[in-house]
Amino acid sequence: MSTALQNLVNQPYKHGFVTDIESDVAPKGLNEDTIRLISAKKAEPEWLLEFRLKAYRHWLEMQEPKWPNVKYPKIDFQAISYYSAPKARNKLASMDEVDPELLRTFEKLGVPMNERAALAGVAVDVIFDSVSVATTYKQKLAEVGIIFCSISEAVREHPELVKQYLGSVVPPGDNYYAALNSAVFTDGSFCFIPKGVKCPMDLSTYFRINTEASGQFERTLIVAEEGASVSYLEGCTAPKFDTNQLHAAVVELIALDNADIKYSTVQNWYAGDENGVGGIYNFVTKRGLCKGVNSRISWTQVETGSAITWKYPSCVLRGDNSVGEFYSVALTNHHQQADTGTKMVHIGKNTRSTIISKGISAGQSNNSYRGLVRITPTAHGARNYSQCDSMLIGARCGANTFPYIQVRNHSAKVEHEASTSKIGEDQLFYFAQRGIGAEEAVSMIINGFCKDVFQQLPMEFAVEATKLLGLKLEGSVG
Amino acid sequence: MICQDSKTLLEVRGLRATVNGIEILKSIDLTVKSGEVHALMGPNGSGKSTFAKVLAGHPAYTVTGGTIRYEGASLLDLAPEARARAGLFLGFQYPIEIPGVANSQFLRLAYNTVQAQRGKDELDPLEFDDFVREKMKLLGMNPDFLDRSVNEGFSGGEKKRNEILQMALLEPRLAILDETDSGLDIDALRVVAEGVNRLATRDNAIVLVTHYQRMLNYIVPDYVHVMGAGRIIKTGGSELALELEARGYDWVGAELKAAAGAAA
Repeated sequence: MSTALQNLVNQPYKHGFVTDIESDVAPKGLNEDTIRLISAKKAEPEWLLEFRLKAYRHWLEMQEPKWPNVKYPKIDFQAISYYSAPKARNKLASMDEVDPELLRTFEKLGVPMNERAALAGVAVDVIFDSVSVATTYKQKLAEVGIIFCSISEAVREHPELVKQYLGSVVPPGDNYYAALNSAVFTDGSFCFIPKGVKCPMDLSTYFRINTEASGQFERTLIVAEEGASVSYLEGCTAPKFDTNQLHAAVVELIALDNADIKYSTVQNWYAGDENGVGGIYNFVTKRGLCKGVNSRISWTQVETGSAITWKYPSCVLRGDNSVGEFYSVALTNHHQQADTGTKMVHIGKNTRSTIISKGISAGQSNNSYRGLVRITPTAHGARNYSQCDSMLIGARCGANTFPYIQVRNHSAKVEHEASTSKIGEDQLFYFAQRGIGAEEAVSMIINGFCKDVFQQLPMEFAVEATKLLGLKLEGSVG
Repeated sequence: MICQDSKTLLEVRGLRATVNGIEILKSIDLTVKSGEVHALMGPNGSGKSTFAKVLAGHPAYTVTGGTIRYEGASLLDLAPEARARAGLFLGFQYPIEIPGVANSQFLRLAYNTVQAQRGKDELDPLEFDDFVREKMKLLGMNPDFLDRSVNEGFSGGEKKRNEILQMALLEPRLAILDETDSGLDIDALRVVAEGVNRLATRDNAIVLVTHYQRMLNYIVPDYVHVMGAGRIIKTGGSELALELEARGYDWVGAELKAAAGAAA
């Protein structure tokens, strides 16, 4: 292996700094009192407290999943603080009132949000350690009837909507981490697009975990009513701590008749250092329900961060002719581990799904695609196309593909393609012989490899994702 | 053509090289001047392709002795990409496939990199498209090639044309064409050879690595070198290639042995 390849990927994490803002942190530990405390802090209605407690009791009965192809020491859930909020301040009416320290943090993150929001026409709902501190463009969205706010606010202002949809796609007892999230979630985003409304701009949220050893449990709920459409962007970055931090989010999407939801993620949580110390455990449940006819849910993810990624953004295709899509790039380096993929559950007639997964492994990392395509007996004429490609950089990393295909209807068509390739010395030499250096060559090969997924991202995100992959693979090439 | 006032482009002296610890090149001497065409011939395993790769700086080969001077400076001090930017071109015997990278993108990046090195203007995608299409026409290449991934799914002949296309774009000072003729049918061989002839000028030089005489019917060399066991064991004019075609390689080695015996 050439030195170019050996040292390909040693970019220090650029977002490793701690914002010095007073936090209101709950004592460590988890029991019913913790949950009552969270609920009380947020002045929640009784039904939500019951939802949480039910989930918690369920969680106590459950076991951590052992099937993912990842290794990590047992998590001590009593050593985590389940609530952390910047000290209460008066409500902010505009960006000018946001703590300058906080704004500087976003500057460092490369998210000049006021400018970006204005220039790109993106409304940003900022989550900073569990509590929303500023919501922009809300007014403009409200004019067309769109609700875009923190989930805490939605619980206060639109309890009937939250009550109707919360837990309807990911039930409180769905899986170990979803149950935990349902019990202790602190904040997240809520988005409601009423009947017939096309959201006039991409909606965007930047999440950030800020207090050491405070797990972040976000809850996102997006509902698109009949004929509505929305594109939602999620970007994640976390500062650098040596202890592992748990991130167990739940995202639920609901698309009614003819509705269209596009959910894009660029995930760059702290991945740990080059020896595998520290980093985020990203155990996330994301699921969309195509409830109505002709509805469509599309997940696009670019996963480059986290010490461990465990997530399967899925689609339940219940409405006839509904469409589910999953486009994924997962890059792992150093000692990162990823077990990620999707589930496409076909229930309605003529439902269609597409899965395009690109896994890139470098260093000593391990990258697995795990996907389920299930065609139920009612899904006449269902179709699925899956393509899972893996690329290896260097000789010490691993790539795996675990496709599960269950077909219970004879009229279904399911296709699965997979490939594994390697960036080899000979490819790099070919580039070099044409005057092109190793770094540029790798970036070109990777971008070519990920093209089908990047095409699905909104323009600014695609640019960001391309840069991010370049950064992750940049280092002492040559 | 051999010219009186030509400059020395390449000067190889006592070059030795190994791969995986095995010595393949056992002392090579070669001088190439501008305007010249050299043919490097010899049986399988004589070290022809290794020599070509060592000149281009392939990382799998280790130079264990000797010198290579290119335009007066040591080539061994330069990384492979720096050699390429300095005008040294290797036409690959087996061009590498690069899935997902569009040929047009690859060609433009290579072209602009070399242009930048020469202090010349780079071309934007539209300008480059016009430019490359002209060059492709000369090689009888379908413009579809631009949209396909680099060499992926190309036939042997298409890959070789793509190599010569790159040579046409990069306008090297020294082009080493490693068995560019292998895998070509007669028509393709003629087209490729015509392409190479068109690119030969008084200022550059070409080294053709080949097993067979047939390419040399189209590209007439000024010198023919025969390699055997990691050395150049005989050098002659273009007529030597015809003799090799008629008699094979064995006699060259035998002649060398006999000469060595006579000297002893």
